[in-house]
Amino acid sequence: MSGEHEQALYARWLSAGTHIGLAVLAAGFILYVTGALDPVVSFDRLPAVWSLPVDRYIALTGWPSGWGWLRSLGRADALSVGGVALLSAVTIACYARILPELLRRGERVQAALALAQILVLLAAASGVFAGAH
Amino acid sequence: MALALGAFSAPAAAADGGAVSWWVWGIALFAVCFAIGIVAVLAGVGGGVLFVPIVGGLFPFHLDFVRGAGLLVALTGALSAGPGLLRSGLASLRLAGPLALVGSVTSILGALLGFALPTTLLQTALGLIILAIVVLMALARGSDHPRVPALDPLAALFGLHGTFHDASADHEVHWKVHRTPAGLAAFGVIGLVGGMFGLGAGWANVPALNLLMGAPIKLAVGTSGLAISIINSAAAWIYIARGAVLPVVVAPSILGIMLGARIGVLLLQKASPAAVRRTVIVLLALAGLRSLLVGLGIGASS
Repeated sequence: MSGEHEQALYARWLSAGTHIGLAVLAAGFILYVTGALDPVVSFDRLPAVWSLPVDRYIALTGWPSGWGWLRSLGRADALSVGGVALLSAVTIACYARILPELLRRGERVQAALALAQILVLLAAASGVFAGAH
Repeated sequence: MALALGAFSAPAAAADGGAVSWWVWGIALFAVCFAIGIVAVLAGVGGGVLFVPIVGGLFPFHLDFVRGAGLLVALTGALSAGPGLLRSGLASLRLAGPLALVGSVTSILGALLGFALPTTLLQTALGLIILAIVVLMALARGSDHPRVPALDPLAALFGLHGTFHDASADHEVHWKVHRTPAGLAAFGVIGLVGGMFGLGAGWANVPALNLLMGAPIKLAVGTSGLAISIINSAAAWIYIARGAVLPVVVAPSILGIMLGARIGVLLLQKASPAAVRRTVIVLLALAGLRSLLVGLGIGASS
């Protein structure tokens, strides 16, 4: 069946991307719990604020919304969120990797679907829907 | 079962969440998620669908953070399983593609809707959804090789057919699907619900692929996981942007469920999946009922 090559390529990138994302998430969390890196929100404050709706949590802790966590990547909790963002970006990378292959093989419908999926994920990642800055 | 009892005793524990150190909750979360990981594998369900109602009931975290963590638990599990499923042919990227595209759009809408709705309404809706899942799990029976007379025009356009090797029967299985428009609509609804509540969606994806579209059950299970990895990626960005990703909740949850799932695989040969599945259905029913009661303001608030 056609598409086996793209499926294998997608699988390879999915595997690599997932491992990288999980590694960053785990590293960030280890640095977080060991205190090796200061967090944006200290552990001591968490039990008082984690039962609040997220908008109240952000207002009280100053946690950055949108892509603001990127500016705090030197903080352990923001680094953990970086790992989550990498995991969320893996699918974009996989589709972006197979798109040229699909175009090269003249698979126009599959290429259009892949491109549409990339655009939807990029739009979600941009933060425009979430009203983030 | 301890978890089932906990689902009803949770409000008392959750109420004094501020008096207990963060690390106590962290360890407890890891332990509960470890148990969820084991049970999920034995019962043949995704950990995500168990995570939100159980952790939402047992722990003091706001539903916003529990939904975010639930979505990421389901996403991580699906991403981890994806490469193996794709390489074995038990997941089809072609089949997942158009369905996941629709599901991605609606999961974004669902996530946004989840942040816009009052928590009590969300809690009530979560209870109703969980109870509906219980009914679906209790009634739905998979079909190994559903009869598909012919590809519908949309399935033909998208090339939704193929072959995979069934190792247990040691033969090639040729598959094709039909009712693609209905499948796209189903995944639209599934994406909306998954994005709104942070639930994994295998409980709905598999029946939609298998019973509605006619994909063989093994392909339906594998492709469902791949679709979750795409659909939840879209909603995850909304949760990140809104600040609803709390590392102290997300990291122990993912770690606990992934480790638990590995133990679950080891126990799979000895346990009775049917008995575990019945226990999970009862457990989910209790958690769904509790969520419904809390949402309606009957009993303690979460």
